[in-house]
Amino acid sequence: MNLDTIKSELQANVPGCRLEIVLNPSPSAQHSLLVDAEHGFAVARFLRDASDLRFDFCSNVTGVDWPSKEISAKVKVKKIVDGVESEVEEIQKSSTQGYLEVVYHLYSQDLKSGPLPLRMRTQDRDRGVHLPSLTPIWRSAEFQEREVFDLFGVIFDGHPDLRRILMWDAFQDHPMRKDYVDPDDFEYEPTAHDQVLQRAGQHLSQAGGR
Amino acid sequence: MSAVTYPTPQSQLEPAIDRGEEQLLEISMGPQHPSTHGVFRMNVVLDGEVVVRLKPVFGYLHRNHEKIAENETYLGSMPYTDRLDYICSITNNWAYALAVEQLAGIQVPERAEYLRVITGELTRLQNHASLIGFLLQDMGSSGTPLMYAFREREKILDLFEELTGARMMCNYMRFGGCRVDMPAGWLDRAKKVVQEFPRFLDEYEQLLVGNEILMERTQGIGVLSRELAINAGMSGPMARASNVSYDIRKVDKYSIYDRFSFRVPLGEHGDVYDRYMMRFLEMRESLKILNDAMRDIPPGPIVDPKMRIRGFRPKPGEAYGRIESPKGELGFYLISDGSPNPYRYRVRPPSLINLTVLEDLCIGLNVADVVAILGSVDIVLGEVDR
Repeated sequence: MNLDTIKSELQANVPGCRLEIVLNPSPSAQHSLLVDAEHGFAVARFLRDASDLRFDFCSNVTGVDWPSKEISAKVKVKKIVDGVESEVEEIQKSSTQGYLEVVYHLYSQDLKSGPLPLRMRTQDRDRGVHLPSLTPIWRSAEFQEREVFDLFGVIFDGHPDLRRILMWDAFQDHPMRKDYVDPDDFEYEPTAHDQVLQRAGQHLSQAGGR
Repeated sequence: MSAVTYPTPQSQLEPAIDRGEEQLLEISMGPQHPSTHGVFRMNVVLDGEVVVRLKPVFGYLHRNHEKIAENETYLGSMPYTDRLDYICSITNNWAYALAVEQLAGIQVPERAEYLRVITGELTRLQNHASLIGFLLQDMGSSGTPLMYAFREREKILDLFEELTGARMMCNYMRFGGCRVDMPAGWLDRAKKVVQEFPRFLDEYEQLLVGNEILMERTQGIGVLSRELAINAGMSGPMARASNVSYDIRKVDKYSIYDRFSFRVPLGEHGDVYDRYMMRFLEMRESLKILNDAMRDIPPGPIVDPKMRIRGFRPKPGEAYGRIESPKGELGFYLISDGSPNPYRYRVRPPSLINLTVLEDLCIGLNVADVVAILGSVDIVLGEVDR
């Protein structure tokens, strides 16, 4: 089914949802649907239950980290240098807001259609990492959302059992983030030696101490 | 909107551990338990002999495969995919190659597609054969059945060794084809193995079909409903045993699977017995595919001549490619930003996702049944933990 028709159908049935089609320029042409976090749950439920869509099979759930990027642009500015007005080239730096993205690959087993990649984005990478959990809709997301929480640090509101899954419970960072700093070559579980604890502390502060 | 109610995750219904006078026993099965097929742990809460709660604990083999692959070139992580599900390295290679081919739009020559189907189906045979051996071993028929299964598996591994140079870590696929062509006489030897395989199946099936002890222990145990199987993302034989008619070879028709006639076996009950019978029936269908593919394989190149191995940089974009691996749906999700290594590389591990329902299947049963149920899910920890 065409992504445009899915989009218009969703807009008619889930009031207020903000949808965007993310085009995929590669030959696979798997274009995806970006939905705002607020209406993510309602949109997912509609996708599963609508009789002409029936996306009953959520195959793959994963996260993608998009750190903030610095964009530098050369701008010509008029400035007064030594009393004379002249045009000077200046580099203006601006940065885009980084975010974490969660991608759900949906299939329909009834209609044998798919994949429909459904995307949700967090506000930023520090505080606003909350997204609605889709585990109540597709049980298959249970372990995979835990994995995204573990490795990327996205907090899924409404997940029944959000714990670390691959890393151990005392681990503090999120290793799949692009700015993750590798631990030094020492046993990560700090033993109670001053020197080791000091180095462990250094590692954590480098990694942002999340 | 339909009014279907979907099952809620079991873990919401946590039973209270404290029951006054009576005490529940919390034990840790694994990570070194012989029936867990690797370093896998289950925190089991028991009421006498009956399982009240079961929490799988993962991560003992975690090495962050995805992060390593993101710091490696596209081709560089091909040998590393062997180590995911180390029983079936060839299908792992295939899934990864398929995803990259979708990402970059690479065509695969005819002969290479046939080679992929032949090696892929041989992989399915040896995976299912050894799995059934493991089941019987887990359930106490020590030694002989497992050795029978491994004897057959060995013949297939010998074929792999001759073809690829390695028995298990085959590293056989390349983007746009396969790495090496068949050596002289290989096809005849492979045909012989395939022709002799049904004899082993006939002999072995007697152990499973007619054995009363085995039927007692597996029939009606660990029943998975069709609804939950779809909702919880089950794939492969695990889903088909619960009457979910979904085989990616039929649905996606990837590679050249639309040229072969084979049937998709379906179970009715969704219990452990059905899951094992699925493997038997699938092996018989694989043999059909193999016979056809070995008869029809055309001469020609085995890799796309336009494919550049060095300096391979797909254009920005993303792709999700999936195949029907012996364990279930194995998918690779790749995002390219135009650089030589993937920006995002994700493996959809069928073993991990098939474990989602483990608790639902085990609650209310005995510890001995947990062993049989876990065996029937067919996990390999290299893939679960990645």
